[in-house]
Amino acid sequence: MEKRVVFRSAWLPYALVAPQIAITLVFFFWPAAQAVWYSLHLQDAFGLKVQFVGLANFATLFKDSNYLASFKVTALFSVLVAFFGIAISLLLATMADRVLRGAMAYKTLLIWPYAVAPAVAGVLWAFIFAPSIGILTYILKGWGVDWNWIIKGDQAMLLVVIAAVWKQISYNFLFFLAGLQSIPKSLIEAAAIDGASPFRRFWTIVFPLLSPTTFFLLVVNIVYAFFDTFGVIDATTQGGPGQSTNILVYKVYHDGVKAADLGGSSAQSVILMFIVIVLTVAQFRFIERKVQY
Amino acid sequence: MAEISFRNVRKSYGELEVVHGVSAEVADGEFVVIVGPSGCGKSTLLRMVAGLETITGGEISIGDRVVNQLEPKDRDIAMVFQNYALYPHMSVYDNMAYGLRIRGLARSDIDARVRRAAEILELGGFLERKPRELSGGQRQRVAMGRAIVREPAAFLFDEPLSNLDAKLRVQMRAELQALHRRLGTTSLFVTHDQVEAMTLAHRMIVMNAGRAEQIGSPLDVYANPATTFVAGFIGSPPMNLIPSERGGRPVLLGVRPEHLEPCAESEAMMTVDIDLLEPLGSDTLVYGHLAGGRDGTRVAVRLHESVDARTGHLAVRYDPAKAHFFDPQGGQRIVS
Amino acid sequence: MVENRPWLTFLSHSVLMLGVLAVAFPLYVTFIASTHTLEAIMQAPMPLVPGDQLVENFTQVLTAGSTKGSKAAGATMLVNSLVMALAIPLGKITISVISAFAIVYFRFPLRMFFFWMIFVTLMLPVEVRIIPTFKVIADLGMLNTYAGLTVPLIASATATFLFRQFFMTVPDELAEAARVDGAGPLRFFWDVLLPLSKTTMAALFVIQFIYGWNQYLWPLLITTDESMYTTVIGIKRMIVGGDAANEWNLIMATAILAMLPPALVVMLMQKWFVKGLVETEK
Repeated sequence: MEKRVVFRSAWLPYALVAPQIAITLVFFFWPAAQAVWYSLHLQDAFGLKVQFVGLANFATLFKDSNYLASFKVTALFSVLVAFFGIAISLLLATMADRVLRGAMAYKTLLIWPYAVAPAVAGVLWAFIFAPSIGILTYILKGWGVDWNWIIKGDQAMLLVVIAAVWKQISYNFLFFLAGLQSIPKSLIEAAAIDGASPFRRFWTIVFPLLSPTTFFLLVVNIVYAFFDTFGVIDATTQGGPGQSTNILVYKVYHDGVKAADLGGSSAQSVILMFIVIVLTVAQFRFIERKVQY
Repeated sequence: MAEISFRNVRKSYGELEVVHGVSAEVADGEFVVIVGPSGCGKSTLLRMVAGLETITGGEISIGDRVVNQLEPKDRDIAMVFQNYALYPHMSVYDNMAYGLRIRGLARSDIDARVRRAAEILELGGFLERKPRELSGGQRQRVAMGRAIVREPAAFLFDEPLSNLDAKLRVQMRAELQALHRRLGTTSLFVTHDQVEAMTLAHRMIVMNAGRAEQIGSPLDVYANPATTFVAGFIGSPPMNLIPSERGGRPVLLGVRPEHLEPCAESEAMMTVDIDLLEPLGSDTLVYGHLAGGRDGTRVAVRLHESVDARTGHLAVRYDPAKAHFFDPQGGQRIVS
Repeated sequence: MVENRPWLTFLSHSVLMLGVLAVAFPLYVTFIASTHTLEAIMQAPMPLVPGDQLVENFTQVLTAGSTKGSKAAGATMLVNSLVMALAIPLGKITISVISAFAIVYFRFPLRMFFFWMIFVTLMLPVEVRIIPTFKVIADLGMLNTYAGLTVPLIASATATFLFRQFFMTVPDELAEAARVDGAGPLRFFWDVLLPLSKTTMAALFVIQFIYGWNQYLWPLLITTDESMYTTVIGIKRMIVGGDAANEWNLIMATAILAMLPPALVVMLMQKWFVKGLVETEK
């Protein structure tokens, strides 16, 4: 953290940090403080009177079955997205690490979905799975599956999970590939000489050595599932049908913007803030231990 | 060119004092080497002259100015760093020209100086190259070139040869000497290598744990070390220090390995039980300990002929004029 | 490869090709859809080979938007997306690199305080401060403006940390040599530090270009005027009803427009892209 060399100036450092601090104050701290403030108050229907209610908004939330359902939905969603996102990309990365020829081409062809906005990913898959005209819907109907995600909550969840995972594979793939390539070849060779099969080598040597990367991606994928997938939900299901895909971050938006429930939405924001803090601290605690300056 | 003066210079980091009152005078045009083991404060002392460390106590003057409060750029010094500190993205020419450009010299002036320095250092063909395309020795020369073009009052060298391989170091030592003869600029050179100190210095400042234990010419320091530390630091293998008695009180007798001559048993002043022989070709080093058990004082002898080691011990004597005496408590030289 | 097991190599290639196909599948379908008339798509199953409406669809989208929902012209939306995709990286890189410089190379009161302040913003993604930030923008009169779209997004902890981390690897001696050469802090920053930071800035630029281009929630909140829609928002706003009511061929064409520039950036600047991803997450 400390550099030996230092410049001296009374005013220059302040001038240099000023733009960032200014924007941070105006667009981060001030709104965050307001969110906390609103979460502790109740507005009347016209937004004219404001009343301090302490933690009442929070209490209401935790009694609200919709809110608790949203927690469950978010948990399910993030577990599915994280698990499949990691498993599939790990498989692809392992395969890509093995092949010598064409590795560059595979890499290029597998990482471009990173460029796709989550909302666009949602729209694409919604189109493919569209109940009447989707191409995969057609195939599914041919197999006797009654597919209509607009009505069926489970299928809606499946749709958004697929869209979210599809987009995230490239990111996970890149990190797993980098992680795999940083494992010393000598370890693998030693295991081979010891007689371990490729399958065994993977599970007993490669996977444990990859655990920092896996843990890191786990946290990142969960954060992604919590927040960055807003676009996926909004562009496809808008939280429906019913509440089946109403993840926490979408509910904040919906309640705040569409339903104009300022107090409730702000309380939800504050709760989300706590979750982010926990996740960020976990990420930094773990990663900082591994990184030396 | 200018004199450099240290008057009771001290440096502390918070509560910890690392340089304790160093005083010395460097004459105009002199090449002074500050030598000592790691952590003795020699680099800190140099950096205080450069202005890269603040001076906690005392004064440093360059020429007739006290420079304590001056920024490095105002002290009229140039520095050569241990890791060269070349700007990686600039060509050799631009590296050397940078300081001059900042000072606003005319382009023709800059060009003349850079080319002259390049000629002296045999860098003429490399002016457009980037540092990463150069060898270690070449980079070191560019670092020196950067200092030369400034035509400063003094050069400051911070262990510049430490990162070079042995052969290159020997070569660069010769080049540094030639350079100094040619330019005659006052120079302060920091190193932990006593061979460099002995070969390059007009005078040395031998430092230990923040103190200047001795200041003098190399041969003077070698012949008359002021403390046991200096005696042990300068010269390789180090001077033998043997507990002894003189005039009724305990002293440390100091005799250099090359001043111990093999002799007949009857004339022996000391007998050495041999542990190890190192034949170097020109000399042979004998390592052993004084007769009288394995706990005897370790002694080294430098012989000019190969010796018959099968006897297992060596009888030696020395010229009393080459003997030194030190106080066992403080390590100070006892002047008799 | 440790041993020679041909069947494993075959398996690897198979899995990879399957992966590539699965990943490319939506793109393929999208492209096909953008080349047909709406009627052709509405008949299930839709055709799997390109149609002949490529030029018509894209012209329509670029000039006039769809006939239902958003009427924003694709060309306008592309410009808006481009503004965001360029202004955000440029703004972010600029203010982050000077902040990092101040924090690493100076000692001043409040230094650690500012550092932690910037750090804390990592825990405040926009989704968490939706309503109040909207209010701030509205109060400042910045709704439906480029400034409103970009300024709140250019203060970033990750960029600052990235530069800070990089500066820590620059040898101290370099700054000392510059000081001895007579360079003041700003000169050192401009002549030495910035040139050395080029690859870091390029990597960051690539990532942030994609980030800016793909922004969704923020433009959604603060733009109501169709002329300020970005391409990504435009797509969403073209979806008005159940799938029977949407002009899927035009939506897909717009989707292609939305995906193309960032995908090109990723593929052409792959080296910097990968570097940027890996470094920002440390």
